[in-house]
Amino acid sequence: MSTTAQTPAQTSSKPVRRPGDRIFAGLSTASGILILTTLVGVAGFLLWQAWPAITADPSEVRGGQGLLYYIGPLVYGTLVAAVIALLIAFPLSIGIALFISHYAPRRLAQALGYIVDLLAAVPSVVFGLWGVSVIGPMMLGIQAWSVDNLAFLPFIGGPASPKSMLVTGTVLAIMILPIMTAVNREVFLQTPRLHEEASLALGATRWEMIQQAVIPFGRSGVISGAMLGLGRALGETMAVAIILSISARYTPIITSPANPGTIAADIALQFPEAPTGPPLATLVASGLVLFCVTLIVNMTARWIVSRRAEFSGAN
Amino acid sequence: MNRSTFRIAAAPAALLLTLTLAACGAANEGGATDGGGDSTATDAAPEGESLSGSIAGAGSSAQAAAMEAWRAAFESANPDATVTYDPVGSSGGREQFLSGAVQFAGSDAYLDDEEVTAAVERCGDGELIQLPAYISPIAVAYNVEGIDDLQLSPETLARIFTQEITTWDDPAIAADNPDATLPSTPITPVNRSDGSGTTANFTDYLAAAAPDVWTYGEVDDWPVAGGTGGQGTSGVVAAVNQTDGAIGYADESQIGELPAVNVGVGGEFVGPSAEAAAAIIDASPRVEGRSQFDYAIEIDRQTQESGTYPIVLAAYTMACTAYDDPADAALTKAFLDYVISEEGQAVAQENAGSAPISDTFRGNAQAAIDAIVTE
Repeated sequence: MSTTAQTPAQTSSKPVRRPGDRIFAGLSTASGILILTTLVGVAGFLLWQAWPAITADPSEVRGGQGLLYYIGPLVYGTLVAAVIALLIAFPLSIGIALFISHYAPRRLAQALGYIVDLLAAVPSVVFGLWGVSVIGPMMLGIQAWSVDNLAFLPFIGGPASPKSMLVTGTVLAIMILPIMTAVNREVFLQTPRLHEEASLALGATRWEMIQQAVIPFGRSGVISGAMLGLGRALGETMAVAIILSISARYTPIITSPANPGTIAADIALQFPEAPTGPPLATLVASGLVLFCVTLIVNMTARWIVSRRAEFSGAN
Repeated sequence: MNRSTFRIAAAPAALLLTLTLAACGAANEGGATDGGGDSTATDAAPEGESLSGSIAGAGSSAQAAAMEAWRAAFESANPDATVTYDPVGSSGGREQFLSGAVQFAGSDAYLDDEEVTAAVERCGDGELIQLPAYISPIAVAYNVEGIDDLQLSPETLARIFTQEITTWDDPAIAADNPDATLPSTPITPVNRSDGSGTTANFTDYLAAAAPDVWTYGEVDDWPVAGGTGGQGTSGVVAAVNQTDGAIGYADESQIGELPAVNVGVGGEFVGPSAEAAAAIIDASPRVEGRSQFDYAIEIDRQTQESGTYPIVLAAYTMACTAYDDPADAALTKAFLDYVISEEGQAVAQENAGSAPISDTFRGNAQAAIDAIVTE
C-alpha cells in the first residue's frame, strides 16, 4: 500500500497533502495566534484599566503621592522576596537534580523525581497557611538569634517576626523548587555519556566529572530553569498575602515585621475594598508593572538560552 | 473475584438509591405543604399572599456571613422565595442599589449626601430606608503572658498603636492598671494588611477619642509603618496568638480565647459585649437633615455614657419604601422584617457574631419597614 501511494507523490512536483495535514496545520497556527492574542489582550486590558491612574493627578491615586510613590516599594518588595527565594532554591535545586541524575540509585531517583513533581501540585494557598502557622514560628528562633548576634549585617534587624520577608522568601523557595529541579534534572540527564566517560577515564572522581562535564553542559539550562522559578516567585500571590507582614516602604531588613509588600499580594489584599476610579486603577497599574517585570525576566531567560542554544538541554 | 466485588458494591449502591428516593419523597412532601405552609409565613407577609419571586442584594463583605444566615433561614421559611446577596464590597453594593440593579444593599458606610440625592431618584414615589441592622463590636485583643485583665484609656491605646509606647511596663499602661504587674515585654502592634471596614472603624474611634495622639484620621488602610500586618481578621488573630506581647483589633466574635482590652469610656472601663455595642447605637445621634426612615447614625466615639462600647462597626441595610414591582416590595419587606426581628438578629449573632439590635431601635426600624408599600 505504501508503494502505491508513493508513486504519484514522486512523479508530481507537489507533496501529498491529506485533510489531516491541513486540519492539524490550521489548529497549530490557531493555537499559536491565540496565545499571542491573549498576551496582547492582557497587556491591552491592563493599560486600559490603568489609564485613569496614569493620567490622574498624583494626589488622587492610592497613597496620594503619585504612582511611583505607591508602586516603587512594591516593585522593591517583589524583587527582594523573589531574590531571597532564588538564593535559597538555586543551590538546593541543583543539589537535588544532581542527586537524582548522578548519585541516587535508579529506583530512589525515580521516586524522588515524582515527589518533587508532586510538590508543584500543592496549591499556593496551602503553602501560605503552612508558612504562616508552621515555618514562621519555626524560623522565629533562628531569626531572633540572628538579630541578637548578627545585627551588624545590614539586612538583619529586630524585632524578629514570624511574618518577615525572610520567612516569605523561604516559603517561596520551596514553591519554586519543583520547576527548577525538574528543568535541572532534565538538563543534567542529557549530558553526553561520552563526555562523562572521557572525564572519568582521565582519572576524574565523580565530583570532578560533574564539575568538568555535567555543570558546564547544563549551565544555560540551569539558568533558564532559575528564570522560570524567578518568574513564578515574582508573581506568587496567595502565599505572600497570607504570610508577609506589610508595613514599611524601602528597607534592607528582612527579619522584622516591617516589610514592603509585593505587587501581586498587594493587589490581592487591596482589590476587594478599593474604591473605583484612580485608586482601583493604581492597583491595575501596579499589575502592569509586574507584567513588564515578568516579561523582562522571561525574555532575558530566552536570550541566555538562545545564546548558547547548541548546549541547551531545555529546548 | 469480579462477582464478589460487584456484590460488595451493590449493597451500598442499593442503600444509596433507597435513601435518595426517600429524600426525593421528603422533598416533595415539603413542597406539598408549602401551599398551606404560607400561613406560617404570613407573619412576614401580612395579606396572606404567598411569598414568591426573587430579590437581589449586594454590598459589604463584612455583612456576608450574616446575610448568608438571614437568607438561608428566610428561604427555608419561604421556600418559593429567593433572596441573593453578592458581597461585592460596600461601594459596589451602593452603586448597584442606586442604579436599580438590586432591590437592597448592604454597606459599611451610610450613603453620603450626593448618594442620597441619587437614592431619592431611585426610590421614585417611595423613600429611602437605611438601617444599621448589623452591629459588630471590634475587640482589641492582646497576648501578654500573665495578664488577662487589661484596661486602657483611649490615649494610651492610640499611643500603643502609633508605636509611641513600646513596652508593656510603660508608665501610661501602669497608670490605667494600678493593680497589675506588667512585664517588660516589647509591644507588637498587629493591624490588618488588607483594606478593611474594621480598620476604618477602629481608626475612626482613635481619631475621635484621642485626637491629639492619633493624627492619621479615619482610613481603610493602616497608616502606621513598622507594625505586624495580618491578612483578614483571621490573619490578625493568628499573629496576636503567635507573638507574646502582641495587641491587635478584630471582630469580637473571632478573637477566640484571647482576652480583650477594657476601653476607657467616661470614668469606667468597658469591654466589648453585645449589650454595650447595641447601647452605643442607641446613644449615638442620627445624621442631621436625613429623611424619616434614613437611620444613618454618627457613632458617638467620644461618648461618656456608662455601659457603652464605642469601637463598633455598624453596617447598613438599604432599601426603598416603594418599588416598581409590588412583588419585589412584598418580598423586600418580608425579608427586612425578618432581618430586624429578634429571631433574625439571634441568627446573625450565632452565625456572624454580631450584636443584636436593641428593642428601642427595633421599634424605629419596624416603622420604616412597615412603610414599604406592597400594593
